[in-house]
Amino acid sequence: MNPREIHTLLKERFGEAVRDWTEPEVGDSSLDLDSGSLHDVCVLLRDDSALRFDFLRLVSAVDRTDRIECVYHLWSYELAHSAALRVELDRSDPRVASLSDVWPTAEWHEREAYDMMGVVFENHPHLHRILLPEDWEGYPLRKDYVAPREYNGLTNE
Amino acid sequence: MSEANVTETAPPASRRDSLRTEEMLLNMGPQHPSTHGVLRLVVRTDGEMVRESWPQIGFLHRCFEKIAESLPYAQALPYADRMDYLGSVNNGLAFCLGVEKLGAIEVSERAAHLRVIAAELNRIASHLIAFGTYALDLGAFTPFIYGFREREMAVSILEKLSGGRLLYHYPRIGGVANDLTPEIASDIRAFLVQMRKVWPEYNALLSDNQIFVKRTANVGVVTREQAIAWGFTGPCLRASGVRFDLRKDQPYSLYERFAFDVPIGEGTKGTTGDCWDRYWVRMVEILESCRIVEQALDGIPEGPVLTKVPRVLKLPKGEVYVPCENPRGELGFYIVSDGDPKALRIKSRGPSFCNLSIVNEICRDVLLADVVAILGSIDIVLGEVDR
Repeated sequence: MNPREIHTLLKERFGEAVRDWTEPEVGDSSLDLDSGSLHDVCVLLRDDSALRFDFLRLVSAVDRTDRIECVYHLWSYELAHSAALRVELDRSDPRVASLSDVWPTAEWHEREAYDMMGVVFENHPHLHRILLPEDWEGYPLRKDYVAPREYNGLTNE
Repeated sequence: MSEANVTETAPPASRRDSLRTEEMLLNMGPQHPSTHGVLRLVVRTDGEMVRESWPQIGFLHRCFEKIAESLPYAQALPYADRMDYLGSVNNGLAFCLGVEKLGAIEVSERAAHLRVIAAELNRIASHLIAFGTYALDLGAFTPFIYGFREREMAVSILEKLSGGRLLYHYPRIGGVANDLTPEIASDIRAFLVQMRKVWPEYNALLSDNQIFVKRTANVGVVTREQAIAWGFTGPCLRASGVRFDLRKDQPYSLYERFAFDVPIGEGTKGTTGDCWDRYWVRMVEILESCRIVEQALDGIPEGPVLTKVPRVLKLPKGEVYVPCENPRGELGFYIVSDGDPKALRIKSRGPSFCNLSIVNEICRDVLLADVVAILGSIDIVLGEVDR
């Protein structure tokens, strides 16, 4: 299936929760969803016999300065097709359901998005920082992040 | 991190038996020689048995993604090279392919062939290190010397091509840095002859070695379902019986023109998806890479090697994700551009990071010595886990 057909199929099932299709001028297309419906959509994407997305390639969080986006790239080994999902989150309190019960590989990807961008994944089994130490302050990949001058008595001056 | 922090990050131990010896929380690393870099593994042991193992990563975090946002694409490229320092050409290639796809930049056929040659030589060099260090992990020193003998030839060729011995910065946006010379071509042919000649020696030395087989067969078995669910890619995924290789299934850089086989694990010495299978898939891939290099060398057309790209490269507004088969699995860059000379976001999907996330799943209720065997068989490079 191509992304357009997947969009039509999802639109039939989830209606308004799936945003209208926009054809990108260059590059990859994505399926834009309401963040509340993400988990249900993903369960369908994994289990439906016409979709069978068994592999979550990566989870990326993108800071658009007015909002934070989470992008999920999927691949199906069985049917050899791909898709990208996108949800928009409130920048002051980005929250979305964890997909670690759908694809266990999401566990570390989501921890990284939490660590770097401060996205809170609800029902994640172990949401801690992964690359930075636990007592680090702030989310470095946010556009307004200012690198600290000091950390636990170590300075970079 | 303090002791208190360890207990806080590791969940409570599973208590499956009623007859327990005293449990201990042990740190393997951050400098353990078998961790292939700076990895810390917190293991909860019960005598010789490991009940849980929690990888703690981030010691080599160099902020690649943050730096990449603050530099023009061409300047971010060498940082991508340095993520997985054993597969430098492959990393640079993945980054270039992403930028070229979004920017619709054409690459000449000659450059594409040179990329394939360099990438496959780098893959062989990387697999030779995997071969040598894996034996080293398990207590055999000699294979390491053998692996490095042949790797030296491959590295010298890459040095002549690019000027670097470890970090090549060879693929550039729009092509490659330098052209092939007749001298380098004959070096490559000599290397292929040598590699094929000594490959059976490697097997006599290690692959079929009784002790090695006993340490690796039926150890750390990852089923096909587990491998897919946990995002295994590359040789690890194929060892679990999934015949998937991006060079075949989503070809890039003219890989579709070359004939090669994709080896998978078949449980030859034990169970499909065990440590021996992961090791063996890499060994067979060395030969397959030789085949690809040979064909690319035979079929290389004349032409320029670098397309002219604007000094200030502005990619159109959009985004792209291009996956690429690195020696360790699927490496891809998700590039988001808003039309500036610098990317809005570059996210890298590294195979070592994802392959490592399965450790706690398979290092449960195994012998402590097997943890080393399992970790070595996954063949991680911490530079790319932490980025």
